[in-house]
Amino acid sequence: MSTPQPPTQQAAPDWQAAPGSPYPTYTSPIPVVRTTLVHALASEWTKIRSVRSTMWTLGVFVLLVLGIGLLTGAVVASSDSDLAGESALSLGFFGLLLGSICVITLGVLTTASEYGTGMIRTTMTACPSRGRVLAAKGIVFFLVAFVVTLVSATVVGLFHVSLLEGNGAGDPTGTEWLKGTVGVSLYIALLGLLSLAVGSIIRHSAGAITLMIGLLLAPLVIALFMFSESLKDVQQALFEYSIPNQMSIFYANSLSDSGPSGWDPLWIVLGVTAVAFAAAYALLEKRDV
Amino acid sequence: MIEAVGLTKRYGDKTAVYNLSFQVRPGAVTGFLGPNGSGKSTTMRMILGLDNPTAGHVTIGGHPYRKLPNAARQVGALLDAKAVHGGRAARNHLLSLAQLSGIPARRVDEVLGVVGLQDVARRRSKGFSLGMGQRLGIAAALLGDPQVLLFDEPVNGLDPEGIHWVRNLMKALAAEGRTVFVSSHLMSEMALTADHLIVIGRGQLLADMSVTEFISANSADFARVRTPDSEPQLREKLTSALTEAGGHVLPEQDGALRVTGLPLPRISDIAHGADVRLWELSPHQASLEEAYMRMTQGAVDYRSTADQKAGLQQPLPPGAQPPMPVPGQGQPGWYAPPPPQQGGQPFAAPQGAPGQAPAGPYGAPAAPGTVPGGQPANPYAAQQAPQHLPQAPAAAPQTPQPPAAAAPPATAPAPASAPVTDPTKPEDAR
Repeated sequence: MSTPQPPTQQAAPDWQAAPGSPYPTYTSPIPVVRTTLVHALASEWTKIRSVRSTMWTLGVFVLLVLGIGLLTGAVVASSDSDLAGESALSLGFFGLLLGSICVITLGVLTTASEYGTGMIRTTMTACPSRGRVLAAKGIVFFLVAFVVTLVSATVVGLFHVSLLEGNGAGDPTGTEWLKGTVGVSLYIALLGLLSLAVGSIIRHSAGAITLMIGLLLAPLVIALFMFSESLKDVQQALFEYSIPNQMSIFYANSLSDSGPSGWDPLWIVLGVTAVAFAAAYALLEKRDV
Repeated sequence: MIEAVGLTKRYGDKTAVYNLSFQVRPGAVTGFLGPNGSGKSTTMRMILGLDNPTAGHVTIGGHPYRKLPNAARQVGALLDAKAVHGGRAARNHLLSLAQLSGIPARRVDEVLGVVGLQDVARRRSKGFSLGMGQRLGIAAALLGDPQVLLFDEPVNGLDPEGIHWVRNLMKALAAEGRTVFVSSHLMSEMALTADHLIVIGRGQLLADMSVTEFISANSADFARVRTPDSEPQLREKLTSALTEAGGHVLPEQDGALRVTGLPLPRISDIAHGADVRLWELSPHQASLEEAYMRMTQGAVDYRSTADQKAGLQQPLPPGAQPPMPVPGQGQPGWYAPPPPQQGGQPFAAPQGAPGQAPAGPYGAPAAPGTVPGGQPANPYAAQQAPQHLPQAPAAAPQTPQPPAAAAPPATAPAPASAPVTDPTKPEDAR
């Protein structure tokens, strides 16, 4: 037993002595399928519907849009104010402006919460195609945000139109309906998608939410305090391109006559979101998870 | 089969993993050992394509992880039990992972049953205990019924039943022909589970060998010899006789001798020839834990030290003795036998005590009470008692060199076995 001969190093283990022998292999009885974006979409849908933060943010969003919409509608209807032919849809603006904070929050949480919890490592291990995961997250989130916003905006719009017929509101045209429901919903959903990309870049929920709410409100607030004549142009630009003003363009009541008009806000947010997504994708591929 | 070649990862100027090359074969449980912060998790993350190596590469079945088609069906991993969204129910968490890899949903309920979480499947994982989280992580790893499995510290937080279950699970998975790669910092755990060991320290490979090989290469077998307590001169006589015969003799704390380099029958013959009676002659093998500790001693990043409470203690009343330190606390190197070569201390001995290296292996300094009073001729007993009386180990540097010519630390090198058991050299350098 205690033959303390120094063990010789040439004594290689058995398995090393026969490297040519076939290793045992294991084959799973579960069929292996080729995974695609569809699988990632199903997975992300399960994820987004199975956490309470989704229910909370979207619940508060609906509450804000409907609540503020009903309130403003009721106040205007009970007053003697005359809308002088203006579309009643524009009253939905206030609810959607506040509600967009919820969409921004949910967008950030969709990506950044995975980093906060460490879930991202599990996800990226299960699916090393990182771009596919990001795309699936974006698509699922965009559809959820768009549908919820569209339904809320349409309900509020119908309510306002029926309520304010007696206050001299003009009957909204087809284009006005389209811009006031689909247009603004696309805008808000894209704003959420931008937040999702920012969340993926910053990888920190609180930081990304703060940044996005700052982006939403800061330009307008800063512009309010630019009294100097030399900054007139900057102030004007900040006003015109601030997110609240861009949203109000969908209701054709911009703060100014110059600046973006028509469907311009949609193209602006689309461009910014595309750039952010490209950055998020590039960083996701390059960085360690 | 996992194959790493020259894997290196740097974070800024800190090198987490350096030039790591190894293979993990199917059909066996391969233990991945190293102290905290030695780069185990970083290596696992690189295997899974989560972190990009600074240099080198690692493949699974010949492909880099991120190039594997449907990776989750080929590789399952438990990296971190907390890597889940706490607000999501256990079942939904697994369902989302199953959908991502095109695994049928009923497989989710199956693995929940396998890990024993079926009763809490619809509870949010935020409320899970560490052990339950660990089980959920194992369920996620098993979900794809993969060929290769990686587990990072799977028994953390598990109850004894759970530990037993994980052990058997690993073995069963390997027996099915799968590649099982398990990291741990517990050698005792690996001794029971693993067939093969890969040991790293400070991000570098220290050993890559089978468990049995690891033990024999790193923990020399030794014989314990005890001579009659009442006749200390016999002990000295035997010591010199054994040393002459080429053995390596170390005194043990309780008066026994630890002999390496001589087979048991030879020791008996020598004792007989020297006319020394023996009370004990027994074979021993240093434990795996001991071997591992010695190997990684130089590579431990976070080491506890003795709590000195310097300047905070009341002066001891005259005549009172300071409490004996608990063996091992703040005494690096106490647990391992010294490597049998001469020249320098191979592992850290921050206290810088010249007497520490020889005395160290036997742990706590002998308590005064345990030194047999009737052995004035025993050089070790005579020495150790005063040495450790004054105060905590910090006072040790004043220890005089062993006066006796037969003192083992000075005269008992066994250069023959030195290259093999030198723990400071990486395995591949031997």
